[in-house]
Amino acid sequence: MAGRIASFLFTLAVTFIGLTAVTFFISRMTNIDPVLAVVGDKATQAAYDGAYKALGLDQPLVVQYFIYLGRLLTGDFGKSVLTSQPVLTDLLRVFPATFELATIAIIIGVAVGVPAGVIAGATKGRWPDQVIRVVGLFGYSVPVFWLGLIGLFVFYGKLGWVAGTGRLDVFYQGVVTQRTGVILIDAAIEGNWEIFANAFSHLILPASILGYFSLAYIARMTRSFMIEQLSQEYVTAARIKGNSYWSAVWGHAFPNIMVALITVIGLSYASLLEGAVLTETVFAWPGLGLYITRALFNSDMNAVLGGTVLVGAVFITINLVSDLLYKLVDPRLRRQ
Amino acid sequence: MSEAPLLTVEDLEVSFPGRTGVTRAVRNASFTLGRERLGIVGESGSGKTTMGRSLLGLLPRTAQVTAKTMSYEGTDLLACSERDWQKLRGRRMSMVMQDPKYSLNPVQTVGRQISETALLHLKSDHKDARRRTLAMLEAVQIRDPELVYGLYPHQLSGGMGQRVMIAMMLIAEPDLLIADEPTSALDVTVQNEVLRILDDLVRDRGMGLILISHNLTMVSSFCDRVLIMYAGRIVEEIAARDLQHARHPYTRALVAATPSLTVRRAELATVTRDPEWLK
Amino acid sequence: MSDGLSHWLMSEAPLSRRQAVLGRFYRGIRSILTNPTAVVGLVIVILLVLMGIFAPLLSLGNSPLTQDLAGRLGAPSAEHWFGTDELGRDILARTLYGARATLAIVALVSVIVVPIGLAVGTVAGYMGGWVDAVLMRITDIFLAFPRLILALAFAAALGPGIENAVIAIALTSWPAYARIARSETMTIAHSDFIQSVVLQGASTWRILFRHIVPLCLSSVIVRLTLDMSGIILTAAGLGFLGLGAQPPTPEWGAMVSSGRDVILDQWWVATIPGLAIFVVSLGFNLLGDGLRDVFDPKSGS
Repeated sequence: MAGRIASFLFTLAVTFIGLTAVTFFISRMTNIDPVLAVVGDKATQAAYDGAYKALGLDQPLVVQYFIYLGRLLTGDFGKSVLTSQPVLTDLLRVFPATFELATIAIIIGVAVGVPAGVIAGATKGRWPDQVIRVVGLFGYSVPVFWLGLIGLFVFYGKLGWVAGTGRLDVFYQGVVTQRTGVILIDAAIEGNWEIFANAFSHLILPASILGYFSLAYIARMTRSFMIEQLSQEYVTAARIKGNSYWSAVWGHAFPNIMVALITVIGLSYASLLEGAVLTETVFAWPGLGLYITRALFNSDMNAVLGGTVLVGAVFITINLVSDLLYKLVDPRLRRQ
Repeated sequence: MSEAPLLTVEDLEVSFPGRTGVTRAVRNASFTLGRERLGIVGESGSGKTTMGRSLLGLLPRTAQVTAKTMSYEGTDLLACSERDWQKLRGRRMSMVMQDPKYSLNPVQTVGRQISETALLHLKSDHKDARRRTLAMLEAVQIRDPELVYGLYPHQLSGGMGQRVMIAMMLIAEPDLLIADEPTSALDVTVQNEVLRILDDLVRDRGMGLILISHNLTMVSSFCDRVLIMYAGRIVEEIAARDLQHARHPYTRALVAATPSLTVRRAELATVTRDPEWLK
Repeated sequence: MSDGLSHWLMSEAPLSRRQAVLGRFYRGIRSILTNPTAVVGLVIVILLVLMGIFAPLLSLGNSPLTQDLAGRLGAPSAEHWFGTDELGRDILARTLYGARATLAIVALVSVIVVPIGLAVGTVAGYMGGWVDAVLMRITDIFLAFPRLILALAFAAALGPGIENAVIAIALTSWPAYARIARSETMTIAHSDFIQSVVLQGASTWRILFRHIVPLCLSSVIVRLTLDMSGIILTAAGLGFLGLGAQPPTPEWGAMVSSGRDVILDQWWVATIPGLAIFVVSLGFNLLGDGLRDVFDPKSGS
């Protein structure tokens, strides 16, 4: 047990170093001269040399890397060219929007995906299973940005059921005081239900689209786990005792997959962070994804790399923790 | 056996349609069972497990089960809906399966699993179910019922697990128990003990027992009557004590192949299969 | 197919290595053909390849690059079956030519990840010990990287373009193949037939390359086909952000992006290329599922 945790921490550390090494490497690959970014192109040679030394560019590459790593660990991600703010401040400002989106999406994914997967597994080969599998199949095949556009077109453009892009109507922006950055929570705290409703109508479409991807994956894994459990003897034993089929499915088989599902959900959540990048672009959602892509088009390297490190670190952590959880509770270990 | 039989089976057919045609797992099986011990012996693929499961309606959907008669205590099993089966299973007929490692739910405590049968059928509340469970654990000779009640299946030895299984399946007091290879997964030393417990319980409650096994010796010493199955058919029906005088060549070969500590032999006999038996 | 040939292919006792290999291949194809969804997938993939190759012919004389600002955003018509985009270019032609970008990415990524994955996986599985431990650590590290974000970072540094997209995708995809190759290798590394080759004096490289790698291939190919849809989607996503094949080269993701502003009125500009991405991705998924059922029926369905 301790061995596994030690191994996990080691992998986490090494992966983090790998990630930062990659971002460091990328920052050095760029054609943009970092010195010029600081002193401007009208600077004298002396000023240039001074800045060169100050940035540590005369040191060997490895040393530079450790300086970089040190800065990252103290929260110094550099300054954004676009906003003139420290990148970390920017990141913390935009993160709640992505968090809100991803969290609602995973809730949809679990609330729909898990029951769908159970039903599909329990009715394997028959029509509920086929339908669920087809819906899931579409979920992994359709490009998220395209679905987002179509969704906007249909549900906003033609039907008017939901609000358009952005987190709030322009009218409502800045009205609610920012406490957590999650508008739904902030509005609820103040009891401002009008804004809550508006925020919700902006959130529901992008979150549903992301949620669709999440539920396709979760349903597939749940189905697979259920099929495995339903072929086990203890399920038959449950029926011999007098349980109905569905009672055996939910009361006996399902509890056996719950732990494995936790890791599936974790992995899905991590991948939602990535899916959010494209969704935010389509819906002009001011989160991490949009921040990084905007920075990208403005050659704001610090912002891009800072965002990469943050998303990468969260992604890596969720992945490795899910992996660890799975290894810890693998039923094969329990049977000794 | 002057009273009416518990179970009557006539011309039972079980087949599975498959990619390469229809597999007939059980063919023209007919027998009756009273409050006695009936053994069903056969090798793998003889259809004995399939027959056992068909008596409880537990075959997969694709299975086709037909019979002239299949009735238990007056209930026509062929006409049972899933609801009807739920009332029968656990309460009036039950089954003990082979390996408690797999047939007990790994994430539920032993006590809870046993109680569930009581809760399903006996209109008990939780306290009453617990009481019954503890009583049942004692009946299967588990020494510390209170402790075992809270254990998980992986914490039990094989013998204990099988006794828990027996408790679980007998707590609602069925009249018929089907035991499908109940000791095959156990150590030899433990097998007899479990069989003895089963024996006592069945005898005390006046139950009918069907013991399915590949082990002819065990079945012959434990049961009153024996059915021999081969390739889906019942090839012989005989009283256990008359096995030496069996008529069908397959039965005779099985009996002859049994190693014995008393009879001297240079070679063990083997069974030569006659394709005639497949008809 | 004549009886004689199919008999020869299906023979249980092949007389030559070639006969055995071809026989396996033939049997595999027959199994796939019994599975209707896999057939649909195969058809789609073949159509994709044909589209890419025969784009000029299938475009009905329209060029994907010719602009016609007067006729921009035209609805589907007899002359332009799929309408025209915001610069007046024929969408049908651009969609057909766009298949080439997709095929290029698919091919390039495959060519990179399969050899690397096989190399790392088989060496790790065969050597065991610290070699295995180190290689698996490295694999774990790459496995934990977020694909799209990394591609964005690459694009930021190196500029947009199809090559950088391929590199980023390949870098985050190869670990899965290494893992598969490793687990297959570990299963057979100590089997008798490998031992007999060792006794014959074969060098490690020969063993790995000629004996172990071929056995891993089927699992790797199944996984590759299934991954393909994800790769296509990621590439399209990058294209959507403007980071894939650069204009004026037609690329489906980029086409969806350019149709974004006019989605409410000229819905076809964004919808058609998106549909193309969807169908191709679906095709690979169906084919992959079918292949998996044939080669590894234990998993999933």
